[in-house]
Amino acid sequence: MTQQHEPQRSASRSGGLRSLLAVAALLGATACASSRTATIVSDPMPSGPSAAELAASRAAPSPDPRVGLAPGLFDAGEAIWNLRMVSTTPPSTDFVGSTNSDLAFSGNHVFQGNYDGVQVWDISNPAAPELVVGHVCPASQSDVSVYENLLFISGEGLSGRLDCGTQGVEETVSHHRLRGIRIFDISDVENPVNVGNVQTCRGSHTHTVLKHPDDDENVYIYVSGSAPVRPAEELAGCSALSPDEDPNSSLFRIEVIQVPLDDPGAAEIVSSPRIFQDLVAPPTHGMAPADLAAVEEARDAGKFIAEFGGQFQVLPDGFANQQIAQMMQAQGKSGPPTAADSAAFREYLPELVARMVGASEDEGDGPAPGPTQCHDITVYPEVGLAGGACEGYGLLLDISDPVNPVRIDAVADSNFSYWHSATLNNDGTAILFTDEWGGGGAPKCRESDPYEWGANAIFTIENRKMEFQSYFKLPAAQTPEENCVAHNGSLIPVPGRDIMIQGWYQGGISLIDWTDPRTPVEIAYFDRGPVTAERMQMGGSWSVYWYNGVIVNSEIARGLDIFELVPSGWLSQNEIDAANSVQLSYLNSQGQPVFEWPTTFALARAYVDQLERSGGLSTDRIQRTRSVLDDAERRSGPARRDALDELAGDLADQIEASPDGTKVRKLSEAVRALADA
Amino acid sequence: MPSIIRPSKGRLVAMFLLATSPLGACGGARTDAETDPRPATRRDVDLEELEALYNARADSARLDVHEADVTFMTGMIAHHAQALVMSRLASSHDASPAVRTLTGRIINAQNDEIAVMSRWLRERERHVPEIEIDGITLTIDGVDHAGSGHAMHMPGMLTLDQLRALDRARGAEFDRLFLELMIQHHNGAVAMVHELFAIDGAAQDDLTFKLASDIQVDQITEVARMERMLEALRSP
Repeated sequence: MTQQHEPQRSASRSGGLRSLLAVAALLGATACASSRTATIVSDPMPSGPSAAELAASRAAPSPDPRVGLAPGLFDAGEAIWNLRMVSTTPPSTDFVGSTNSDLAFSGNHVFQGNYDGVQVWDISNPAAPELVVGHVCPASQSDVSVYENLLFISGEGLSGRLDCGTQGVEETVSHHRLRGIRIFDISDVENPVNVGNVQTCRGSHTHTVLKHPDDDENVYIYVSGSAPVRPAEELAGCSALSPDEDPNSSLFRIEVIQVPLDDPGAAEIVSSPRIFQDLVAPPTHGMAPADLAAVEEARDAGKFIAEFGGQFQVLPDGFANQQIAQMMQAQGKSGPPTAADSAAFREYLPELVARMVGASEDEGDGPAPGPTQCHDITVYPEVGLAGGACEGYGLLLDISDPVNPVRIDAVADSNFSYWHSATLNNDGTAILFTDEWGGGGAPKCRESDPYEWGANAIFTIENRKMEFQSYFKLPAAQTPEENCVAHNGSLIPVPGRDIMIQGWYQGGISLIDWTDPRTPVEIAYFDRGPVTAERMQMGGSWSVYWYNGVIVNSEIARGLDIFELVPSGWLSQNEIDAANSVQLSYLNSQGQPVFEWPTTFALARAYVDQLERSGGLSTDRIQRTRSVLDDAERRSGPARRDALDELAGDLADQIEASPDGTKVRKLSEAVRALADA
Repeated sequence: MPSIIRPSKGRLVAMFLLATSPLGACGGARTDAETDPRPATRRDVDLEELEALYNARADSARLDVHEADVTFMTGMIAHHAQALVMSRLASSHDASPAVRTLTGRIINAQNDEIAVMSRWLRERERHVPEIEIDGITLTIDGVDHAGSGHAMHMPGMLTLDQLRALDRARGAEFDRLFLELMIQHHNGAVAMVHELFAIDGAAQDDLTFKLASDIQVDQITEVARMERMLEALRSP
């Protein structure tokens, strides 16, 4: 089939090309004047901070240096706190100017998705990443995952081709089009081989690879498609009708693909679970403690409080006054309301609310329509749970049977969030949903944007139910020229704490401690100025993940940034060392690995540092524990073992009395493990 | 395996630029170590050349314009503008707190999307519709939208009678009417997206595809929400 240029195409093409030639000539003339190159500059490791410096570094810099950073593509202003930038590597020439997207890791390789394909980087030396291969194969969004010798890439856009061509696909129905999952064999990572493709009705916006601990023959892929449904002529069985009209509707479901590891070309869709079925008037989450306190304050000040299904709202004065006036009018009264009228209104309020808002959330009037798709699903196979961020609902799924995930709880947000992704904590006792308000291409971190919109919502998981705790949003206001909203991130394996690094597009990257789910706090960050001050141009962090001691950021326009944690008042060197003792052989962030810490002195010392911070042990005991550990480390054999055993026993005795008994127990166990090692 | 991979237009332009730029003519790299205070390690890369390539790709992407995409953007700007007209009534018409949160979201989202679409048109040297809102009067390029036969009456858009009815309503009545009419309005936007995708060559542009997909998915989600809110209102 020859490539035809459609008659509707713009006639200004030749004119445009001529102006580009002029630009090229101009560039040629000026290029020599200021050639910017950067040679390799080694960054000496900073010397250890003093105690005073550490204490000071608990306070975030103020005013926030992320506000007012100079614009630029590769030379924007930067602000950094409690992180060290190890390297920044621009995209290779085949990929510069095209959107960099998600990351996956295997061994020393980072797979960086890009709307034009995938770049594979070797980060054996994180200070100098090397491009292994740049494989051109356009498809948006090129969400990537790896498992052993297999690389999976998502495609949903209309121009993705099965043959990896770059010319796009013109026809609305075409058998050249790829919307779904591409499967590559990367046994020879420099030469990826396309071994299979699985087409889906809505394409794949993102996907999640699920490796079930009990199944070594297959991996499963949960495909989330949110784009418009393709015509049935292009892929048989696709239907954009609602399930009432067509029980086989492509809406209201996710696709589960089974990939036989010994024959990936035979990968196919094995189920399309309707995890949204029968979602009737789901409960909205309760109010955060801080909000409840504010309501009580308002109540004390004489304001009118209305309750809607567990939520309390302070009624605006104008609204309340108008309602009182109407009530009085109905009673034939006139003139200004008296205290008796206000009291009567207070009594009448619940009835008024019931009339306005209708029945309580539990009594739906028949099945109500739920979300039609999930944006992203994070699976945590080790605990058998998954978090689904499904367009207005946060879902908790039981994935003990990977082919048939079952919804066990659902929450809808009173702030009408559009939830896009989820992260569980390592214990599986809390879940963080992100609300990608605006889709990532819009500036939603402006001063005027509400805190709860485009933010994270944190829940605890109790008895397989989700309980709302708090919101967290990037605290630094960003400009209208910077697309910014909560996006992808992952946990950092600091033992005993829930710490996550997260991308916020041009809001930069932010390290959040959500160990106390009611009070998440930012403890480190990095940000650049906008790509350009002239207009909103896509850029910023698409994803940032922790992997084997480094933090790797996929920057949409600027390429690949690598960071390391530095000690601060929030995070000790021991905690960093303990985190870095965790070694992963591969990482797909949406398939959360369980973190298990090898027995090291750093692990024990990390717990000691945390107990010092929490006051779980007396200063005296902290000091003694530290010297015993230092001493034991210098010894070996029975002398070491005995010293550690005795310490473990002493610590165990402190568990009951300590206000942080759980942590003391962890410390005691870690020391015991050191003794036995 | 692919037999012929024809480079896209963007790639052709970029290759041309690379071929003509005098890489070797400057006589070697000059180190910026003294003037560049950034501490991190960098690759030995000509950043200026890379930035030129970045700009060339952005420029060439803007040249490749499908008229269906232009029609879509232009029509959707008008469509979104009417959503703003409707949503702005909430605060003065005693809408419930839930409807106010909803309209707050709609105003925030659709304002930003209008900005994105306007910029998209402007960068491709197409006419950007001029929107003016005065109460329930929506003027597009100087012409009152409510005038009969206006070219920009897109699927789901309200008639003057419907707008007036909404403007007259207050409290629970406003809530009900707003939800019904906005559901109609949103379904119209989704129909416009489906129309776009049914045209050969349309939405190949990344930004158009993403915007259209997002509008489709966000508004379907909002319709579901609004239908639940409406059901709650109807069953006291």
